[in-house]
Amino acid sequence: MLVLNLIEAITDALDVAMGMDKNVVVYGEDVGFEGGVFRATKGLQAKYGEERCFDSILAESSIIGAGIGMAINGLKPVVEMQFSGFMFPGFNQIVTHAARMRNRSRGLYTVPMVIRMPYGGGVRALEHHSESLEVLFAHTPGLKVVIPSTPYDAKGLLLSAIMDPDPVIFLEPKRIYRAFKQEVPEEFYTIPIGKAKVLKEGKDLTVVAWGAMIKETQKAIETLEKEGHSIELIDLRTISPIDKETLIKSVQKTGRFAVVHEAAKTYGPGAELITIINEGAFLYLEAPPTRITSVDTVIPLPKGEHHYVPNIELITSELRQVIEY
Amino acid sequence: MFLENANPLVDEMIQILNPEGEVVKPEWMPELSKEMLLKMYKTMRLSRIIDEKTLQYQRQGRMLTYAPNLGQEAAQVGSAAAIRQSDWVAPSFRELGVWLYKGAPLYNVFLYWFGNELGMKMPEEVRILPVSIPIASQMQHAAGLAYATKLKGEDDVTIAYVGDGGTSQGDFHEALNFASVKNTPNVFVIQNNQFAISTRRAIQSKAKTMAQKAIGYGIPGIQVDGNDIFAMYAVTKEAVERARNGEGPTLIEAYTYRLGAHTTSDDPTVYRDESEVEEWRKKDPIDRLRIYLFNQGFWSEAEEEAFVNEQSEFVKQTFEAVEQSGLTPLEDVFDYVYAEKTPILETQYQERKAFYAKEGK
Repeated sequence: MLVLNLIEAITDALDVAMGMDKNVVVYGEDVGFEGGVFRATKGLQAKYGEERCFDSILAESSIIGAGIGMAINGLKPVVEMQFSGFMFPGFNQIVTHAARMRNRSRGLYTVPMVIRMPYGGGVRALEHHSESLEVLFAHTPGLKVVIPSTPYDAKGLLLSAIMDPDPVIFLEPKRIYRAFKQEVPEEFYTIPIGKAKVLKEGKDLTVVAWGAMIKETQKAIETLEKEGHSIELIDLRTISPIDKETLIKSVQKTGRFAVVHEAAKTYGPGAELITIINEGAFLYLEAPPTRITSVDTVIPLPKGEHHYVPNIELITSELRQVIEY
Repeated sequence: MFLENANPLVDEMIQILNPEGEVVKPEWMPELSKEMLLKMYKTMRLSRIIDEKTLQYQRQGRMLTYAPNLGQEAAQVGSAAAIRQSDWVAPSFRELGVWLYKGAPLYNVFLYWFGNELGMKMPEEVRILPVSIPIASQMQHAAGLAYATKLKGEDDVTIAYVGDGGTSQGDFHEALNFASVKNTPNVFVIQNNQFAISTRRAIQSKAKTMAQKAIGYGIPGIQVDGNDIFAMYAVTKEAVERARNGEGPTLIEAYTYRLGAHTTSDDPTVYRDESEVEEWRKKDPIDRLRIYLFNQGFWSEAEEEAFVNEQSEFVKQTFEAVEQSGLTPLEDVFDYVYAEKTPILETQYQERKAFYAKEGK
């Protein structure tokens, strides 16, 4: 067993994948020599050479566009967007080609690539460094979208993403890159994409969250449990495809549902999840399903960021309202 | 003078003032009054003081992420001195010298890097777009600003800044192409500081010079010693005049070196040796202008000392004022998304406000 934090678990997954399959190539801005600005690819160039782990040119469209070509021609690119907010020059390639190459060629050509991106706020960063853009990808047919919240899940999910026959957007909650360590098996293992995880069982309310919001939500739940409530917490882990079954089953048991996310509210991931609950567990509901989210503004710079993301007090207060409805 | 004979395929650069502070090409020396020379020098020197103090504040945990300009002061101030107040600037994020030369209040600059958007609400006459972090994106805006100027029959020029890494982005190429095709009054300055974070210039492009990227777009390109303020000024001035006369855009490569980190989040010791940095310190742009000014009798050790003391105090006081500025008010987060808050935004604003009231905040 290794004891790793989330970013080390990602490095380890990349190392395992590169060791197993010589077709896995890893690149992006500053990814080679330096090992990436967050050091996710640290040591990989030294171990596997400059052809398999390299510094890309500074162009996100090239990183993704060339990766599509590589993937079609037998390689397995695992590329890094330095920050998800820098992804936009490459978004064209993601949506117009990576996501639909299989469909356009009726299965002849496929794009088994992984696009890793640190995402999310709370690190007092500059503009375009704090976005939560999961719905942009989840709304695009042909993409899978994964967000781990623990080192163990990060390694298993990233290895699943690399094995996956389709393009996977792998969003990494950078706020918790180094927040805590966990035991992680040294060897290869996978965690299935499309499977949520029940972190904690409960009877009165189902709460779903992912990424860095899991920690905040857990703290809110602790407070509410001290007040005598029993709450079930689900880590969604895969944003697309959604694990409807786990969510519906849970709400059929608890009768109440809330989703907590860092992305903006309107047309956000919560809207879809609540619809799934309405469609699958409407007659079990004892309160309106609720979304506890960021607001629909541009994500503020650090001196205003606290207005944007829901904090523990807000999550606690909103969850209490669902319980007491 | 420069542009007509420039051959960007050859790895040569325009230099007037050498690292020893000597004018090596007197025939190219631009006409600059003592007053102007001192303004240029003082702006570079102030930029250096701001960087050094800000890095201190950052280490003390008083400042957020900051992108220092160390070593690039001549590339910035030399080019900024060649435009006039009404000319537009489309910056990236490492142009402090340009902001200062154009009269941006230091308070605003600090406030922005301190994490408050209000800092980028500059006095209108500054005419610089907000800091642009998505690499090379501002190049396109520069082309559009210049097109509008032309369409309106005005004669302002737009100068844009980008790094060596930025030349890899599609936006860089599209902007040059647009400007060329539409013959817009643009000057594009590449601050080639040899690094895109850790990625070296040689990894970014096989081209011998960055200036030669102009060739494919049919516009002049020229490589300049970016640590030589006279060369930067003289070449930019010619390009600006050319643009103002309706002769179209120019690409200038300022060959310089980033003496500091990419930002305070970066550790350059991971990817470069101190000995390399030491070599470039010998080519410091500020030192060489100071030697020149001393030799001309325009500046003295005593004046230098007085200036540094006075400006250090000014920077300190300005930063302390910014530290007192507090957090961004809730309404600022909501008020500038649209001209008028949408009903949903109004509801969300009221909800957050009610929550704060309930929490006693």
